[in-house]
Amino acid sequence: MAAGVRDRWRRFLSHAIVALCLVAVLLALVPLAMVLFYVMSQGITSLNWAFFTHMPAPVGETGGGMANGILGSLMVTSLGAVVAIPVGVMAGIYASEYRGTRLANGVRFAADTLNGVPSIVIGVFAYGIAVLPFKTFSAIAGGVALAIMMLPLVTRTTEELLLLVPSSLREGALALGATRARAVFTVVVPAALPGIMTGILLALARVSGETAPLLFTAFNNRFFNSDPRQPISTLTVQVYTYAISPYKDWHRQAWAGALVLVMMVLTCSLLARVATARMERMQRGS
Amino acid sequence: MKNTRADYLLFRVGTGVFALLVITVVVAIGWELGWQSRLSIKAFGWQFWQTGTWDPVAGQFGARPFIWGTLYSSVLALMIATPIALGIAVYISELAPGWLQRPLVFLTELLAAIPSIVYGLWGVFVLVPYVRQLEASTPEWLKSVPLFTGPPLGVGMLSAALVLSIMVIPFTSSIAREVLRAVPQAQREGAYALGATRWEAIRMALFYARTGIVGAVMLGFGRALGETMAVTMVIGNTPQVSTSLYAPQYTMAAVIANEFTEASDELYLHALIEIGLVLFVMTLVINMISRAFIWSLGQQGRRRPSRRAAPAAAEGV
Repeated sequence: MAAGVRDRWRRFLSHAIVALCLVAVLLALVPLAMVLFYVMSQGITSLNWAFFTHMPAPVGETGGGMANGILGSLMVTSLGAVVAIPVGVMAGIYASEYRGTRLANGVRFAADTLNGVPSIVIGVFAYGIAVLPFKTFSAIAGGVALAIMMLPLVTRTTEELLLLVPSSLREGALALGATRARAVFTVVVPAALPGIMTGILLALARVSGETAPLLFTAFNNRFFNSDPRQPISTLTVQVYTYAISPYKDWHRQAWAGALVLVMMVLTCSLLARVATARMERMQRGS
Repeated sequence: MKNTRADYLLFRVGTGVFALLVITVVVAIGWELGWQSRLSIKAFGWQFWQTGTWDPVAGQFGARPFIWGTLYSSVLALMIATPIALGIAVYISELAPGWLQRPLVFLTELLAAIPSIVYGLWGVFVLVPYVRQLEASTPEWLKSVPLFTGPPLGVGMLSAALVLSIMVIPFTSSIAREVLRAVPQAQREGAYALGATRWEAIRMALFYARTGIVGAVMLGFGRALGETMAVTMVIGNTPQVSTSLYAPQYTMAAVIANEFTEASDELYLHALIEIGLVLFVMTLVINMISRAFIWSLGQQGRRRPSRRAAPAAAEGV
């Protein structure tokens, strides 16, 4: 009898916990749905062509857009990518080719460490090395900050994906008389390219929404600027400035900016997903 | 032959330089932050972390409220996020039907992909009004509890903790999921064979993976400590040490974000950078510990079967 009660209790407890796990999933999905819903509904009503083509309107006037911020974001992110991709890919190649050496372990450790450093701290560092010596905020400084944020992701994905390339490919190249560099650059890296692209896209998705490291590196600019040595407006910083302002029309534009940001990040993530799927298919095929 | 050796060397050095560069960046961050905060370190020493006056005009800088705000908001966020994140991890890895696993993984990853500034915007215009309503409807008898004192402002610790918890959930749950996936299937089958219910089998898997789970939670903690934009926008930015969830407070990351460009004199700037330095060291230590936990689980998984198999075989004989 006692055993029967105990069994029923155990079964009840099991069902209750399973139900609680489901509740946990729903609890996380509610804010996700809410955020997406508000960004969509508030953003779409405020988003218009002028948002992409016009400059910010002066305080008090309605209308205008974030053309300079969008271009600025593209510029700062590109500057970051131009630095982070070659460095990250080469460091990743070293880490996978010389796996087990002290330097390779060091790179892996450094990349993981860097990945956990708060973005605001990276902003402070970029300020120290790229703003203070030149005494001016600049698009380049913003690019430096974003490059440091992208670096660990690119390094680690390159390393991990190169290790997935079947060793028979490399051995084939070496057997045909290729040097190590040649085998790596013409056979191993191309085989892992879709995966490396995924890493780069994920890194881009991550930094294209970053605000904190740009606040005091790229700073902000009311006007259009194409000189990388000058402060530049970015979409994220613009959204922040507008969100904390007291003006209704600026809030509206902040939502529009948020929608554009979410779209950009989602596009990068989806492209990354497509690239991963292709990589997986290729691996199954081989 | 000689040519090949030169080529080999060139390749190793050529890629090695970049590898070294990645390591240099991490070292440089620590060095630069230390150097750029020297004035503040020299002027205030340990006092910096023990006093609470933050008065840039008088040149008095005490960072206690910021450290308090960072730790308090992160711990609160963790208390909300951990059970939810673990529930999600358990659901996805142990309970969900196969067709549901991928979409759920995608959705939780989406939670991590949304930029901090978007959470902040949503926090300011959607969450804060809700929180204000909730705070305004506090029953009288609760108001004397230190957690619920103060006027219902909406912006404050509660809003910050809620936004933070949403942002931490995907990190903790994805690591916890991976950790659970590393639990050998035989462990679960063994539990079921002994007549365990579903929960008992899950509890066993969680226990087996406990070090990894702790690592996952700590990783979330590291994320929460450094989160900037969303917290800055909803916490109220008032440097005070208070246990009240309703009180507007301040965090280390938020004060850097808000005041960095306003820092007019060098001491002020160095004080802000010192806060950055400590934030850097804190996240560094937490991340290292959490990785050590997750790593040790991997080692345990590799070692355990052989260690266990031996005595079992001996008993069999």
